[in-house]
Amino acid sequence: MTALLDAISRLGRLAIDAVAHAGSMALFALRLAVVLFPTWSRPRDVAQQVYAAGVLSLVIILVAGGFVGLVLGLQGYNILNKFNATESLGVMVALSLVRELGPVVAALLFAGRAGSAITAEIALMKTTEQLAALEMMAVDPMRRVIGPRFWGALISVPLLAAMFSMVGIIGGYLIGVVVLGVDQASFWGQIREQMDPWDDVAEGALKSLAFGAVIALISVYEGYRAEPTASGMARATTQTVVLSSLAVLGLDFVMTAFMFGA
Amino acid sequence: MNVQRGVELVVGLFVLAGIAALMVMALQWSNFGASRISGYEVLARFDNVGGLSEQSPVKLAGLTIGRVGSIEIHPETFQAEVRMVIDDKYDNLPTDSFANIYTAGMLGAKYIEISPGGSLESLQDGDRITMTQSAIILESVVSKFLFDKAKE
Repeated sequence: MTALLDAISRLGRLAIDAVAHAGSMALFALRLAVVLFPTWSRPRDVAQQVYAAGVLSLVIILVAGGFVGLVLGLQGYNILNKFNATESLGVMVALSLVRELGPVVAALLFAGRAGSAITAEIALMKTTEQLAALEMMAVDPMRRVIGPRFWGALISVPLLAAMFSMVGIIGGYLIGVVVLGVDQASFWGQIREQMDPWDDVAEGALKSLAFGAVIALISVYEGYRAEPTASGMARATTQTVVLSSLAVLGLDFVMTAFMFGA
Repeated sequence: MNVQRGVELVVGLFVLAGIAALMVMALQWSNFGASRISGYEVLARFDNVGGLSEQSPVKLAGLTIGRVGSIEIHPETFQAEVRMVIDDKYDNLPTDSFANIYTAGMLGAKYIEISPGGSLESLQDGDRITMTQSAIILESVVSKFLFDKAKE
């Protein structure tokens, strides 16, 4: 009997913790929103963070994009070949990348490569009481530490996603046209005809912007709230990657349903 | 200071590259892959080009020998006037050749297939292929079939 009650109360505690977590993240988001624009009074801080989060993620994003494009080209060719429609390879590769794979895979890679780094950095600052020291000097850590990192991630993700899609399409071109001999005018022509700048490209960019905001918020929040111990830092970093990935995939479904649904 | 300057430069390039990638994708690859084959021009009129587009291949015996250059509506006949650019290597196509619009596979892209005729004269730059057959529109074929069935 007591074992059962214990189990039920443990479930209750989990639920309360989850709601409390979400609530304190929302409060944190409000505090962050207040300093978002004042952060730009020091644009160099933001540039520094775009460098750390975005530019340094370029290699992994471009290499991954190239391979995804190559695989899409190969798989797409084999499937389309069954229907004698290999001319549509270009549009298939381009639409899958621009609408879906570019924003999502770039965001997942970014969460693993840069989001975790942001969390670890802020958590270490907290553990070593650098954040408290800033406050002692009447410098607002939200504005000087958290804000620039949020902006850095927010700006980087859509740009990285666009480059990911671009490199992916070139990868699909290499496999499809150069290796497998798909007609190159059809490859580009079908893309030109069937890809819409608003319905496809702009909505893909909107998706990746939303993913960027979510990853940026989770990364800085987890770092800021990390328990100031070694294991607390480790947990915060893990939490960032897990939460960001799940949030990106879930949000992707919701956004897709709204944009391309009905 | 110099390090900061370098960082800003790299970030600027990064932002530009990202925006450029978006732009290229949004602006429809305007002239990407427009193969610039040199060759002579041949005209043909079709009742219906249904899905043929600029840069669609022109084939002979299944091999690409040229490209569709432009498609316009002829103002008097209301037919589609198709300008094809055919590689100079194939300058001995008979004047009474036949131009068909076919579909690659069930759902694939449209292309023009040239069936050579028997004339001893060959097509010159600016000549016209008079014998053409329009694209087969699946809906009209199906409706014709159903209509014929209903009459039986």
